[in-house]
Amino acid sequence: MFKVASLLMTPAAKYLMLAFAILFPLVAANEYQVYVMATAFVWAIAVYGLNIITGFCGQLNLAHGGFFAIGAYTLGLLTADYGWSFWPAFLGALVMTAVLGFLVGIVSLRLKEHYFAIFTLCVGFIIYLLIDKWEELTHGAIGVRDIAAPYGFGLVDFTDTTPFYYLVLAFLVFAIWFMGRLSKSLLGRTFIAIRNGDELAQSLGINLMRNKVLAFVLSTTYAGLAGALYAGMVRFIGPEEANINHTFDMITYLLVGGIGTIMGPLLGTVGIVWITQSLQFLEEYRMIIFGPLLVLLVIFFPRGITGSFLTWMHRKSQALAPTKKRQENKVKTAQNREAESNA
Amino acid sequence: MSLFLQQIINGLTLGSIYGLVALGLTLVYGILHIPNFAHGALYMVGAFMSYFFMVDLGAHYWIAMAGSAAVVAVLAILCERLVFHPLRHSPPIHDKIAAIGILLFLEAVVQMFWGSDFRRMSSPFTGIMNFDGLIIPEQRLLIIAGAFVLVVALQLFLRKTMTGATIIAMAQSREGAFLVGIDANRVAMMTFAISGMLAAFAATLYAPINLVYPAMGHLVIMKAFVIIILGGMGSVPGAIAGGMIIGFAEALGGFYISTSYKDIIAFGLLVLILSVRPQGLFAKGAH
Repeated sequence: MFKVASLLMTPAAKYLMLAFAILFPLVAANEYQVYVMATAFVWAIAVYGLNIITGFCGQLNLAHGGFFAIGAYTLGLLTADYGWSFWPAFLGALVMTAVLGFLVGIVSLRLKEHYFAIFTLCVGFIIYLLIDKWEELTHGAIGVRDIAAPYGFGLVDFTDTTPFYYLVLAFLVFAIWFMGRLSKSLLGRTFIAIRNGDELAQSLGINLMRNKVLAFVLSTTYAGLAGALYAGMVRFIGPEEANINHTFDMITYLLVGGIGTIMGPLLGTVGIVWITQSLQFLEEYRMIIFGPLLVLLVIFFPRGITGSFLTWMHRKSQALAPTKKRQENKVKTAQNREAESNA
Repeated sequence: MSLFLQQIINGLTLGSIYGLVALGLTLVYGILHIPNFAHGALYMVGAFMSYFFMVDLGAHYWIAMAGSAAVVAVLAILCERLVFHPLRHSPPIHDKIAAIGILLFLEAVVQMFWGSDFRRMSSPFTGIMNFDGLIIPEQRLLIIAGAFVLVVALQLFLRKTMTGATIIAMAQSREGAFLVGIDANRVAMMTFAISGMLAAFAATLYAPINLVYPAMGHLVIMKAFVIIILGGMGSVPGAIAGGMIIGFAEALGGFYISTSYKDIIAFGLLVLILSVRPQGLFAKGAH
């Protein structure tokens, strides 16, 4: 059991998952399944963003769904109303979410813990109200139609589901790669130091505000990227994209998968999206199960699937280590523990 | 002039409701330092319970209100026992996520039983009072009077009774409260029960001039959070003052500026105030 599990820790496991993702359209029973998978990947990208600010930096951002909607609306409005083609509008969406993220960040991140969560809850709601009421700009409740599909430069047609799936997959792989790099970098460690203790981090000479704003901007850009891809995929968006429930969904994905881990957001999102899909009757009442699940997770498994797995692996490897190697392992243990808290 | 007075009455009505909801929120925050995101769901359940007692069981308005308060109080105690108590040593982010879990669960359950339709709840106070051109529906007067009575009763309870004093003691200093032998579990459960009851009273008072539906708690709870930030988290007078500020801002802003943006006013105010004073409008004072 342990040996099988330790295989999952090797880099080969990641390539195996990637290979499966690449082959998925070939083994999928129909186009719909590919579409569902692409949707799951889009959400996963957004959840990775939430993971940066909430998982690594420890600030519960409840406006995340709002930034997803801003990304989607920027792309949608630029292509549908202003005649931009997809890729410039796509860049526009990223810039827009980054800039707005910066502006919201410099105000909201002066607040701590509960105040920050409540403030971002309100920001999320303001975004929703603006999208819903500012009809001159956003078309209000009617939503935005005729959003351009990604331009394939004459090589591929992204209006088909399968090419789009690969496009989303490419962005997802990039998002995870970036996340992995980030978590190992000094910057990622700085974020974790802030999560573990504001004041302690500050006493180490970390500039709290600058790092928190950076984490926030990164996370909103991730959300904007996901939102823009979403708009390019469904090509019709409405104010409901900014509904607070999307933020709550993303928190569920993040928590089930494992908050603050690298693979957690992907596992949680893909897992839950498929469970919800296969149990269609759950669609409307899924929260009867996911609500208590959220509560049970934070009480009993606050580290989610990935985090609990890593902890288990770590304990097991400690128990199996021969006694004479203990001394040598001590150094390693310290590293492991660090890796675990980073994970 | 009478139009202006009309808006004052509207502001008082809204402020009373917001104040009651914010009071429950601020009490829980003062004791346990939990921003209870599920409080809006308790408010919503309160409205549905009253609706259930009145429409399905044919109970009188007052009896329905009492019944609903009892049910929501028990529900709030359950939340404390089953969810927040086990999480008391966890990082603060876990409480918030758990509270969101409760909120999602309660909403889904209500939606399963009653659907997501908008419902109208009647009240025996449908008359209209005419004070020399100033028209006030009886229900609005009832809301203002009811909120006043509840706030006074709560103040008397907190100030004049031993049990009430334990709540204040614990809000002022946890360690000090333990030192003089105050039972933390009992105080926590009692605070949650009071907070739930206040939410149910507010919902039952407000439902007849509003609609009853599963998402009705969203806006109210967010405004209640704005209020307790304005008033200082954990402060009782702050919650009442903050409730009135938001109530008046909304009534006057909605009338003189724009009705469709009136819900934004509260949040805009919050963003503005927190940008200038991150610690809230009134510094956190004693209770």
